Amino acid sequence: MIFSKKFVSDYVDIKDKDINEIAENMTRVGNEYDEASSLIKANKLVVGEVIECDMHPESDHLHITKINVGKEVLDIVCGAPNMRKGIKVIVALPGAILPGGTIKESTIRGAKSNGMCCSLAELGLDKKFLTEKDIEGIHEFPQDALVGEDAIKYLGLDDEIINFELTSNRSDLLSAIGLAYEVGAIYNLKVKEPTSEYKTVKDNFANSMTLKVETDNSSLFLLGKANNVTITESPDFIKNRLIACGIRPINNVVDISNYIMLETGQPLHYYDADKVGEYLGVRMAKDGEKLVTLDGQERTLTLSDIVICNKNEAIGLAGVMGGLDTEVTENTKNILIESAQFDGASIRKTSKRILRSEASNRFEKGIDVNRTYLAMERSKDLLEKYANATISEDTIEYKSKESEEKVIEITLEKINSVLGMNLTTDIVNDVFERLGFKCSLKGTLFEVKVPSRRLDITIKEDLIEEVGRIYGVDNAVASLPVVPSTPGHIDKYIRDIKIRLSSLGLNEVISYSLVSESSLNMFPINTETINILEPMVEEKSVLRKSLISSLMEIYEYNKARNNKNISIYEIGESFYKENGEYIQEDKLGLLMTGTYITGVNNNINVDFYYIKGIIENLLDYLGYSKRYDFEIENSLENMHPYQTARIIVNGHNIGFLGRIHPSIYKDNVYVCEINLTELRSIGVGNMKYKEISKFPSIKKDLSFVFDKEVLSKDVIRDIKNSSSRILNSVRVYDEYIVDNTRSLTFSLTFLDEKETLTEEAVMKEFNKVIDTITNKYNAKLKNM
Amino acid sequence: MKERLENLLKNAKLDIDQTSEEVDMNLVKSKYMGKNSEFTSIMKEMGSLSSEEKKSIGLLTNEFRTSFTEYFENKLNKIKADALNKRLESERIDISLPGKGVKTGSLHPLTHIRTTLEDLFVSMGYDVVEGPQVETDDNCFEKLNIPKDHPARDMQDTFYITDEMLLRSQTSSVQVRTMLANKEKTSIKMVCPGKVYRRDDDDATHSHQFMQMEGLVVDKNISLADLKGTLLEMAHALLGENTNIRFRPSYFGFTEPSYEVDVSCFKCGGKGCPLCKNIGWIEILGSGMVHPNVLRMCGYDPEIYTGFAFGVGIERLAMFKYGITDLRNFYTNDVRFLDNFNRKDVK
Repeated sequence: MIFSKKFVSDYVDIKDKDINEIAENMTRVGNEYDEASSLIKANKLVVGEVIECDMHPESDHLHITKINVGKEVLDIVCGAPNMRKGIKVIVALPGAILPGGTIKESTIRGAKSNGMCCSLAELGLDKKFLTEKDIEGIHEFPQDALVGEDAIKYLGLDDEIINFELTSNRSDLLSAIGLAYEVGAIYNLKVKEPTSEYKTVKDNFANSMTLKVETDNSSLFLLGKANNVTITESPDFIKNRLIACGIRPINNVVDISNYIMLETGQPLHYYDADKVGEYLGVRMAKDGEKLVTLDGQERTLTLSDIVICNKNEAIGLAGVMGGLDTEVTENTKNILIESAQFDGASIRKTSKRILRSEASNRFEKGIDVNRTYLAMERSKDLLEKYANATISEDTIEYKSKESEEKVIEITLEKINSVLGMNLTTDIVNDVFERLGFKCSLKGTLFEVKVPSRRLDITIKEDLIEEVGRIYGVDNAVASLPVVPSTPGHIDKYIRDIKIRLSSLGLNEVISYSLVSESSLNMFPINTETINILEPMVEEKSVLRKSLISSLMEIYEYNKARNNKNISIYEIGESFYKENGEYIQEDKLGLLMTGTYITGVNNNINVDFYYIKGIIENLLDYLGYSKRYDFEIENSLENMHPYQTARIIVNGHNIGFLGRIHPSIYKDNVYVCEINLTELRSIGVGNMKYKEISKFPSIKKDLSFVFDKEVLSKDVIRDIKNSSSRILNSVRVYDEYIVDNTRSLTFSLTFLDEKETLTEEAVMKEFNKVIDTITNKYNAKLKNM
Repeated sequence: MKERLENLLKNAKLDIDQTSEEVDMNLVKSKYMGKNSEFTSIMKEMGSLSSEEKKSIGLLTNEFRTSFTEYFENKLNKIKADALNKRLESERIDISLPGKGVKTGSLHPLTHIRTTLEDLFVSMGYDVVEGPQVETDDNCFEKLNIPKDHPARDMQDTFYITDEMLLRSQTSSVQVRTMLANKEKTSIKMVCPGKVYRRDDDDATHSHQFMQMEGLVVDKNISLADLKGTLLEMAHALLGENTNIRFRPSYFGFTEPSYEVDVSCFKCGGKGCPLCKNIGWIEILGSGMVHPNVLRMCGYDPEIYTGFAFGVGIERLAMFKYGITDLRNFYTNDVRFLDNFNRKDVK
């Protein structure tokens, strides 16, 4: 909503207030603004008279002129086609700042030029407000314009505006009168509402016209008539205010309806009475009904649209846009004036589908009933004054409910307890007075009569807000809530994992939950997908089930920017549907490629064992030490069949890790995904201390040569099974591959927790192990 | 004999001077002190001397032994020290080469902010509660006093899954769940961080997915002053002790009265700069007193209970705190961007 200082000044005396101060004060009471400025962002513009005008000898279109600007006569070179001797024009003096730049003394093709003659377009007015003539040529003042006077003032464009971004509850501020009340409350100034005065004729309008409202969605409908109008240009003050508020002037009649909407907040519609006929109805549209609207477009209507109709057909989309057939044109003689209430929710539905307009916006948010009457009166007044109309005495009225006065009771104690302040009854009383709320006080109980314009105020708390708004809550002393407190509870499971992984050198990433349907096929998960209704783009049409494709996108983004070393993880939600339930699970995804180890001389790239090491580290950290296992996984289409493993914790498959299939990425890119929700459901005991053995242990190493397919974990299992309990632990610590064979070296630790081991006892076990492994795997023992 | 000893010492010193290796020193030692040395034969010859001569020569031989040993040991120590130095020097390394290890990982900037907020509120006795992102229309709007066709629904165009299910557009739905779940209707102090979704095109200041944290306190006698004190603590924790806040009335539907909260610009301290658009204040969150309809719908009697609620965008805070100008950075995850956050934050 644009605030025009000149417009609002008609109702409250703020002429001497600074526009920026008004804007800031309005912000402090809850009305944010985008920009506060002069309507015309230009200065040093005066009325000048062209006293000499000759063609420039060096040009076919430039004029060399002498222009009297009052204090002096300026030499100005001007290229406007309408430049001629004797006209009065807008002159930008040297040093003038225009939207297009600063005017300096200069020489144009040898001729001195000390200033510029301006068109209206050059003042920065939006082209939509201007005629072709205004844009092409310089502006010409009437002959009675006073030379040397401020040109902007003469044009009546010496206005200042604030572009407010209002909250959706303050429908009252969508009018100059409403803004006047708000500013009046801030500055403690009285508001003077406009009055209407006009003559009427008895012409039997009410009897000759039928108004029929056949829907609950219009609770008040007023129909008036203005006869024998003269269609012409609007007076300057109307045009200028429309321009200030961003509406294009068209002709006096259309402009008057817009002017009154801006003034009162009540949108109006004027019909060509002769085209409507003797019947006007309000009803819901039939499904598929057609209507050509003002903009020439044919609209197909639905059952939820409110329409205005005559005997034959729909002639307007109520509250949104009129119909083309009954539009006021240059030839219109008689006008039907509609001032009505329409249900906000219905208008909202229609306008959302068809068009958002100044009118629909106001209906959606609600209009004061009294303004519906006021706007009718103002229409009659202004149409008489500025369109020479003869006003019919009758106004046809349909009303389905009586409006009630809103009275709210509230105590001073309630106000103070919610605001946490210590206000007196005088202060509160003053606030209500400033707002123009009538109130009476019994002890500390206020009985407040809420004016009909304030549709947003319905309950006690709304009044508390008003007190806080106008008095200001910055005076409230800050305190902390006194609530019986228990220690705050927080689940740090995910945070701890993040800290662990980031400490292990990975960067945390966060990506989008909405992904493309095709990305789900990368790592298909056999659950019901959750689709978004009417997605904005295909890339964001379903909820993700896996994080891997998001991580791959991040990898590709980084690779394209030459970031080669990437070790990232995300902990995020994945979603699916099961038996009608929407399931959300936390997943951990990792992606690693390039180098991971810092420092020189080790261009060691990430391989399978790095990402596996990170997962083992994490699982140990989470307490699953010795309870997890990795199994060969070769069923995932987009993973390397020989470098991928399932992660098993306590018998549960909680995820996988491995290399992305080389047909997808030539680079070695490793990924891992773990279902944290599932992992977390596997219980973990408390951290405990295990006594260190008092007896020394004996370490023995063993190397075997195996076939390539042999898994070290199987060998370790068999080593353990083949020995007695004194074999305390087995660890593989070296791998050496030649051709089709590989040797693995194991370190065996023997320990007896009850006595010191003898060499004989150890060698007995050691030899059993050698026998078992050489036989079972057909492995060769290597000499150490 | 005296002369022989003097010559012997002179020669010995000469030999010691000319020796530079540890092994050669042993040769020198045996040459002058060994079994076949002249010194040994002098000692032997002493047996045939008178007791007086013995006494005087004895002094001389002792003197020789002391002088030789001292001279010899000095030289030997020097040789050993030189040899050690040489060996150490051969082990010289370039201490300026980078250390080995794993690169420094990082937490996402949004996690940094979220963690700071969570820790603050937990320290003040708030529970941190999370809720589902796929929500019912009822929890996300209806119970928050934003019925269908309400103009406020305009502000947050929502991703719907069915007529009744949606991707939550605000974490307030978790507040509703918490109030409904509290069957005894006891007091509540909670914050709920998490992802939310709105039908916005992604650009420098908008994102269809972002992170919010809302807070809720419900009890008897909760006032706006309590809200103010709480938000002041939050502003201090995030942006420093000198930060001020101000309340601007606003409208949210689920609170009444409602306020937007500005913090004093931490770049210029409130004097006005490009960051705060010369206003000196920066809007960071929305807040207010819980609307009586919301309390009622969630089972709390608004005649007995009051409450405050607030909601803050984590991205917005991160952008201001770290000087990030494009919101998309949070979701494109360029590792060069992420590496900025690989350290501990100072308060």
